[in-house]
Amino acid sequence: MKHIIIYFLTTLTLYAQYPDGNVLLEKIDRNMISRNKIIISRMIIHGRRASRTIESKSWIQGSEKSFTEYLSPAREKGTKMLKLDDELWTYSPSADRSIRISGHMLRQSVMGSDLSYEDMMEDPKMQNLYSAGVIGEDTLLNRSCWILELQAKVPDVAYHSRKIWVDKTRYNILKEERFAKSGKLLKTTDILEIMQADDRWVAKRIIFKDALKQGRGTEFILESIEFDAHIPDYIFSKAALRK
Amino acid sequence: MIRFIIKGLIRDRHRSLFPMITVTMGVALTVVAHCWVNGIIGDFIDYNARYATGHAKVVTRAYAENLDQSPNDLALLDVDQWMDTLSHRYPDLDWVARIKFGGILDAPDSLGETRAQGPAFGFGINLLSKNSREIERMGIRDGLIRGRLPQDSGEVLISESFARRLEVSPGDTVTLLGATMYGAMSVHNFRISGTVTFGVKLLDRGALIADIKEIRKALDMENAAGELLGIAKDHHYDDDQMNQIKSDFNRHFSESQDEFSPVMLSLAEQNDLASMLEYIQSMVTIMIFVFVLAMCIVLWNAGLIGGLRRYGEIGVRLAIGENKGHLYRAMILESASIGFFGSILGTIAGLGIAWYLQTYGINIGDLMENATMMMPNTFRAGITPPAYFIGIIPGLIATVLGTSLSGIGIYRRQTASLFKELEA
Repeated sequence: MKHIIIYFLTTLTLYAQYPDGNVLLEKIDRNMISRNKIIISRMIIHGRRASRTIESKSWIQGSEKSFTEYLSPAREKGTKMLKLDDELWTYSPSADRSIRISGHMLRQSVMGSDLSYEDMMEDPKMQNLYSAGVIGEDTLLNRSCWILELQAKVPDVAYHSRKIWVDKTRYNILKEERFAKSGKLLKTTDILEIMQADDRWVAKRIIFKDALKQGRGTEFILESIEFDAHIPDYIFSKAALRK
Repeated sequence: MIRFIIKGLIRDRHRSLFPMITVTMGVALTVVAHCWVNGIIGDFIDYNARYATGHAKVVTRAYAENLDQSPNDLALLDVDQWMDTLSHRYPDLDWVARIKFGGILDAPDSLGETRAQGPAFGFGINLLSKNSREIERMGIRDGLIRGRLPQDSGEVLISESFARRLEVSPGDTVTLLGATMYGAMSVHNFRISGTVTFGVKLLDRGALIADIKEIRKALDMENAAGELLGIAKDHHYDDDQMNQIKSDFNRHFSESQDEFSPVMLSLAEQNDLASMLEYIQSMVTIMIFVFVLAMCIVLWNAGLIGGLRRYGEIGVRLAIGENKGHLYRAMILESASIGFFGSILGTIAGLGIAWYLQTYGINIGDLMENATMMMPNTFRAGITPPAYFIGIIPGLIATVLGTSLSGIGIYRRQTASLFKELEA
């Protein structure tokens, strides 16, 4: 009996030390989401045969609108993508066509990477999709972090649950695992490098890995990020795709 | 003796009519079942060979592991060189390069934006070479519904039902949204030259066919192909021959350590066809066995009834000194004659029904709306030489076996009590 009481008290004490997961999620969202931002990035896709590097520039407004233009290599140069709420459009200069990506196509890989269009379309504000609980602590990149377990609270999410490692003081994600409803691991994200931009901490080098695919994953390198920049409204229009 | 027996059978219809009808029906069913299953297996192999598997197929080892996904990022390179090697080394097969691909086919509105789209499954085949037999092999000419065959590399054929769904017609431009061999996004415009129906639900749902050169351009697959298909020049699949060719090729050209090294697969090794064919064959054997067994039981019964009816006749024949063995043999000879003639009649009837099923077939397309296998919409019987005699064996066995069982009663009759039995 004495042992049981000690066990319960220890467990309660341990849980009492953990912060509220949903409060942490709010802090993560606050760190990640800005009014708008302009990103220049490089994506190195490690295929089974060869690796390819794709450079792009993205204009992002809140969580609803984004516009990406691919800068290189030559085959992809000029290809553009526009996200307007729940619509995703792509423009190809070689075909001179604006095509809506919908249905099962959203599950396809973006440019052969380990990311899907569905990943791009997902609401970046995690509070809207998940409820969280802290399940432990860990140390990654010499930073102390909380381990959070996220459970979907809305039905139409791409990943039923997630496990994220969050820096205890900077509130940026350092590692992530995404799971299907069956519990099967679908994707992993490992942050290799962090940088400070204005008063925020953002991931500079990330490895995305589709757990269902062979290969060495996709490396994402953030070249530059500008928060609260001036973005003209016409950028987020279908007309901008053809410009 | 035989003449005597036959005369007896003709004059006494009670003795022959029921067994004859039973044998005729049983044999007819056996012949129809044999032709039907043969036709289905034949069509199944033929459609798979022509559209999907070839009689043999060369792919990379990595591609072979995910064969059902047609992963073009794992396609075979230096295709021209491999085609030369295969054509010289295995001249009994016609070798063709194909690219199977998936994607979205998008139809634009007047502003060039998406009006309608749907998932597409496509083939890049040698459409434009003068000596290519791909158009005939895939039944494209016969299946053409609207428009014409492609004459230019930028032209494409799409399935009729897919065209109607997208509300596009010959002359319209559609865009294929897919992935290149290196994983990049591919957006390529095609002009529809015509619409086709393949007679295979899986393809009719959303297939498109274009020249392999244009598909290589669209999917960034210079001198590459997903699959090299070998199809026997006599169109006959011989599993032993294909296994020999396969073993020879893999021994000489395939390296187990290199995932991009080529590997040859026979038709039976793909799409679980071997186990399916084995299953169908065993079902046929079981079916014929059940027919024979059922006929034996029916004829045994008929023999017993006949024996009772002919109780007096057999008694008289024994009483006047006919040997029991002779009588037993005579009855077996009698039943063999019934079996023989019944089998001939049954074979004729069975072949007639099989011919009808071979000519007109049974359309099961509506039942295969969600089929994922390469199967024709119309199943037909196939009359092969064994169909002319396959029914005679069970027909004869059943009658003879039936009479042998019922005729044992002859040996139980006691000569001493025969006259008492006859007087009664």
